[in-house]
Amino acid sequence: MIKRFIDNAGWPRIIIGLFLLGLFIAAPFVGVNVWTSLNNTLVRFGMNGVMVLAMIPMVQAGCGLNFGLPLGIIAGLLGATLSLEWNTEIMSRLLDLGAKYNLTWLNEIFVNNYREPLGFASAIIIAIPVAAILGWLYGKLLNRVKGDEMMIATYVGFSSVSFMCIAWLLLPYKHPTMVWGYAGRGLRTTISVEGYWLHVLNDALAIKINDNFTIPTGMLIFFACIALVVWIFMRTKTGTAMTAVGSNPEFARASGVNVDKMRTISVVMSTILGAIGIIVYEQSFGFIQLYMGPFYMALPAVASILLGGASVNKASILNVIVGTFLFQGILTMTPSVINSYLQTDMSEVIRLIVSNGMILYALTRKVRAGR
Amino acid sequence: MSDNNTSPLLELSHIGKEYYGNRVLSDISFAIDTGEIIGLVGENGAGKSTLLNILFGMPVIASTGGYEGSIHIDGKPVHFTSPNQALAAGIGMVHQEFSLIPGFTATENILLNREVLNGSMMSYVFSERVSTLDREAMHNRANSAINTLGVNINPDMIVSEMPVGYKQFIEIAREIDRKNTRLLFLDEPTAVLTETEAEILLIALKKLAKSGIAIVFISHRLSEIKELCSRVVVLRDGKLITDQPSEELTTRQIASLMVGRENTRREEHTPRVSLEKVSDVNEVLSTPQPEPEKKKKPKPALRVEHLWVDMPGETVRDVSFDVQKGEIFGIGGLAGHGKLGIPNGIMGLYPAGGKVRLFGKRLTLNRPRAALSRKMAFVSEDRRGVGLLLDEPLDWNITFTAMQIQGRFLLGIPYIFQVRNELAMRNEAKKFIDSLEIKCTGPSQRAGELSGGNQQKVCLAKAFALKPSILLICEPTRGIDIGAKNLVLDTLKEYNKENGTTIIITSSELEELRSVCDRVAIVGEGKIAGILPASSPAEEFGMLMMGEKVRVAMSMTE
Repeated sequence: MIKRFIDNAGWPRIIIGLFLLGLFIAAPFVGVNVWTSLNNTLVRFGMNGVMVLAMIPMVQAGCGLNFGLPLGIIAGLLGATLSLEWNTEIMSRLLDLGAKYNLTWLNEIFVNNYREPLGFASAIIIAIPVAAILGWLYGKLLNRVKGDEMMIATYVGFSSVSFMCIAWLLLPYKHPTMVWGYAGRGLRTTISVEGYWLHVLNDALAIKINDNFTIPTGMLIFFACIALVVWIFMRTKTGTAMTAVGSNPEFARASGVNVDKMRTISVVMSTILGAIGIIVYEQSFGFIQLYMGPFYMALPAVASILLGGASVNKASILNVIVGTFLFQGILTMTPSVINSYLQTDMSEVIRLIVSNGMILYALTRKVRAGR
Repeated sequence: MSDNNTSPLLELSHIGKEYYGNRVLSDISFAIDTGEIIGLVGENGAGKSTLLNILFGMPVIASTGGYEGSIHIDGKPVHFTSPNQALAAGIGMVHQEFSLIPGFTATENILLNREVLNGSMMSYVFSERVSTLDREAMHNRANSAINTLGVNINPDMIVSEMPVGYKQFIEIAREIDRKNTRLLFLDEPTAVLTETEAEILLIALKKLAKSGIAIVFISHRLSEIKELCSRVVVLRDGKLITDQPSEELTTRQIASLMVGRENTRREEHTPRVSLEKVSDVNEVLSTPQPEPEKKKKPKPALRVEHLWVDMPGETVRDVSFDVQKGEIFGIGGLAGHGKLGIPNGIMGLYPAGGKVRLFGKRLTLNRPRAALSRKMAFVSEDRRGVGLLLDEPLDWNITFTAMQIQGRFLLGIPYIFQVRNELAMRNEAKKFIDSLEIKCTGPSQRAGELSGGNQQKVCLAKAFALKPSILLICEPTRGIDIGAKNLVLDTLKEYNKENGTTIIITSSELEELRSVCDRVAIVGEGKIAGILPASSPAEEFGMLMMGEKVRVAMSMTE
């Protein structure tokens, strides 16, 4: 019984899980509030969940882990900044329209009641086509480097971030809250989303248990919906073909599946999910981080899904959920508990050891299973 | 063996070898004298390579439990555990695949690791590893080795720029440059050579033999064996069939010894095709189907015209044949001659050209989906590489192709939204697990966990699930045990009988083809060497395989 559980769960998850449990138990003794910690873990889970989900399509289609996640994130950032840029203008137009034709319901819905959720939705709606185009190009590139996807993906991520560092400065954004105050142009490094769509998901249907613990229901439901969409997609004819491509491309080809097309679709999906993921992250975090912000975003997501038990060519929704929870749990708990105990800031060190260690572990596992 | 009292150069006695309980060699004994040339012949899988591996001390032998019997060199027992020991004892080997460094010159390749060195201060202080090379001396040594072979190759030529034939000579030159080489094994050295090159090689080998080097020559070209070798050793199914002077044998006899299994079994119940009668129609070979018959049966199930396929290691050059509806058609031939390329090319898995007609309608080549959607099914020879999703459950393996091509096992609205129907998939898988007796824990077991025979049955189930009108099967019994073998073959026969499915089987095992098929085509060097009714005597097939131009015409069995 126990052995089967260990076999199913795998040692890394059990060790990390026990470590996490230990941290929760130790927390009260060093003066850390368990409720706050739990709350933080849950919020961070919701924030990062979608970005970890973005790993699934590419892993399943045999394109490896999506180290090129920054590309999707950039699409998301474009969506987010553009939604802010156009927000005021659209709102004033709507107000004009409402005044002109005496459409009070227009004001009611768009300007007063649902302004924030609609702003959030608009960010996603703008980000998706951008992500689809970038993902399509990215997929074409990955089809040319079969076997080395992960290394190429890493550099796609890095170089796209660097390219966007220039673009953020040059793009003709005008909105006063977003551009540098002294020059009047060029986007700032961090842009607050307060007053736009800060916490739209976190606060939706939130259930307050006590002062330190609130369940961010809306965000969890949003994650669940996206996860459900991915789950259903992987069960469609295309999703099945995609999985077969990842499992054995030769088999898929002999069965009449267009391998390159499936891989491209998977990359597009991953990129779109990355774009949605960062917007979810920002609404909870409160800021849009530009420039070097997305640079290392791929690593925690990669580490999470590996921690959840995925390999470089098999990943499931369960891997995402377990992995994100464990990884974010470690991330929230170690600074508070270990720092209170050691009186030094170890959080960054531990975060790096866990995330990079997990990536290393998973990659060596791939070599062992290598054909 | 030797009429004087000196012991032979190399003597093998009672050599045997088992791989995981699978006997590949038993009781092989023969001897080689200095300066003798022995021809070693046998079908694929007869045990030649294993014998060479044992003699050359390949690690694979030791790691699979060693061998039985003993080897003597100059009367002293030897037991090589690594190729280096074999080299030191004077055994040289030229493999079928070239082991040359493409970017190096001929000289560098011939003298690799035996370079002529210049002495210097550095090499005194450190070791020979740091000394420089005496290029001139190396050039001369390489030149003399090449000249021994009687060919004219510039020793400074880079190997990658050489024609294939030259490379073969360089390989041999490397072996004879080694001063102590006394025994040379050549594994199909002429397979890649043109006729003139082969002739030069044969002359060179005779010269070498005169200088006192014993040669073991492996070839599928029996005329070369006849010409070159003083003795012929025939292996079949791991047993020594004969060891006699080559003058005593005709190529036809050698062929029949190799293929073996006297043609008694079939002759009783099928009218023997009289060779004399059909031998007049010499050229029927190239156009397998005589004109009048074509009119009787207007549209063959599959008509292949001038097919070429670029499949690495199995190149098909120009192949034409017809397969009738409901027929079981066999494609045989030696490995590497292109028999596997034919079905792989028709199914679009490798770049191909030419014309393939399916029930009279042209088939688009180079697109697996085109072939599959025309109700063709394919069982690949590469079971684990192409045939199966090893990491996925059995029901996936069985239903995947049917799902992708025919849209079965899906729920929802076609083209808009369809989710796979796991229940239907499981039921389909269960159906085949029962009918083909696949030993497994159930439809959700992963395919990689099954044994070879059961994996092959899964591959068949995958093909049957497509409800094909033409079934192409490559090597249906490769790597599976005898019980499973018969079951697989019986299943095919039954399926053919029940559904009238046209089946094309490609196999290296001629006997298997003859027992299942109606007609068998033998492929040689990328072309059809001939098509014979399965009832033809085994030696006819053997001759075709050996590339002997026998005047044999096919005749329809129907």
